[in-house]
Amino acid sequence: MSTDVTIKRRTSRRGDGPAKLYLWGPPLLVFAAVIAVWYVISLVILGPEKNFQFPPPNEVFGVFAVEKTRTDIFSSFWSTAQVALVGLLIAAVIGIVWAIAMNLARWVERSTFPYAVVLQAIPILAIAPLITLWVKDAFWARTIVCILIALFPMVSNTLFGLQSVDRSHRELFKLQKASRWIVLSKLEMPAATPAIFAGLRISAGLAVVGAIVGDFFFQNGVLGIGALMRKYQSRLDNAELFATVIVAVLFGVVVFLLFGLIRRIAVGKWYDAT
Amino acid sequence: MSSATTAAATPTSTDTLLDFSNVEMTFPNGTVALHSVDLTVKRGEFVTVVGPSGCGKSTLLRIASGLETASEGTAELNTSRIGYVFQDATLLPWRTVQANVELLAELQWDTVAVRRQKAKEAIDLVGLAGFENNLPRQLSGGMRMRTSLARSLTLDPELFLFDEPFGALDEITRERLNDELLRLFTEKQFAGLFITHSVSEAVYLSTKVVVMSGRPGTIVDTFDVPFPMPRDPDIRFTPEFAELVGKVSHALREGHA
Repeated sequence: MSTDVTIKRRTSRRGDGPAKLYLWGPPLLVFAAVIAVWYVISLVILGPEKNFQFPPPNEVFGVFAVEKTRTDIFSSFWSTAQVALVGLLIAAVIGIVWAIAMNLARWVERSTFPYAVVLQAIPILAIAPLITLWVKDAFWARTIVCILIALFPMVSNTLFGLQSVDRSHRELFKLQKASRWIVLSKLEMPAATPAIFAGLRISAGLAVVGAIVGDFFFQNGVLGIGALMRKYQSRLDNAELFATVIVAVLFGVVVFLLFGLIRRIAVGKWYDAT
Repeated sequence: MSSATTAAATPTSTDTLLDFSNVEMTFPNGTVALHSVDLTVKRGEFVTVVGPSGCGKSTLLRIASGLETASEGTAELNTSRIGYVFQDATLLPWRTVQANVELLAELQWDTVAVRRQKAKEAIDLVGLAGFENNLPRQLSGGMRMRTSLARSLTLDPELFLFDEPFGALDEITRERLNDELLRLFTEKQFAGLFITHSVSEAVYLSTKVVVMSGRPGTIVDTFDVPFPMPRDPDIRFTPEFAELVGKVSHALREGHA
């Protein structure tokens, strides 16, 4: 009889019982292993004398119990999140418009695409301090750093999407003497959406990194999460630094998953995303 | 000339829907795709072109539809209502069957009500009623091709151009679609120019079979198909049918050599 029940459960909806364990088991196991290794390094290898370099997990997570630190981390996180979001949005708009322009006119592509590549090759760490000199407003200066880093995937993915339309689809429209605008709006843009969303996901991750890098150069006003990291770093508050890094990482992961979800909702019905 | 589709046009002037005269096609890389092709498609005719792959059959259709221009000779089209069915179904994957069938009407700026109506008729004609809200990925290859046919039918074409539309389908689906096509041909009274590399399909569908040879593509022989329309599917098993298939195959082999 118990076998019967098991079989029923196995064949029922996915995410039930054994299937769920199969899904969550391995990553949870790895998580436990990481925590264990972390403790071994901190408590056994380094010991209480030197483990300020590598504080144990309980100390790191204990940081969140201190109200002052907690508020510091979360307000700085929010400040950075705003920069990342606005930066990503602007990068997406510029990237898509730029790609459409390149797609509409060959000469625009020939004359400007190389500069998109150049833009992407700029060492952002070197240029960020300069931007702080040029743009006085901290929010916008950080946002610009963010845009610079997030722009290229949007441009290249959108352009790739627009240009990867099947030849026979183009001919279908050509036979009806469809205008350039109609081809763009009814064929190229819908066909490009999977590529655009793929670009958006990459750019979202980069925007988070860009915002944090931007933060490092602004030590006044509401500190960004990067600026906070730098502060903790200079004070050797390593537990706080670790906690902040964890928040930043979680932010990046959430953004990645979120844009994966948005993509699935938008094009998942007709496009097999991996 | 191409706009001579009004009812006022005299029957004699529009009787020949497509008229190829000494058509030559040389591609920029020097390949001669077509050489001295004369071909007409009249009202009431279903002309099939058979030939080996790469013999320029598709180029013939591309010229007829205006997708390409002949290097020499004239290709005269006496109607603007042409349907074009591609080798694959060329459906837009983000559109449902309904929206795909409405596409061409949409591109002609028909109102929503008109294109709904046109799409409904076409979908009923190809037997896809009930699948309106399916996406192409949810359909079989045969159903995708039906959707593609329905899409072209919304144009109410006088001349239908088919570029090996059933080539990728399995035998059973293919035969069924052949019968559907014949039914549409008798019902909707369009003229057809059909490209295929299957001899029996060619003989079964057409009123006239044109045999092409490869490189450069030229017409080597033409056969009139005497069997009456509408056609009985069992005609495929008669000696007369077999004999004609034999003749066409023979011409094909000779042209090939």
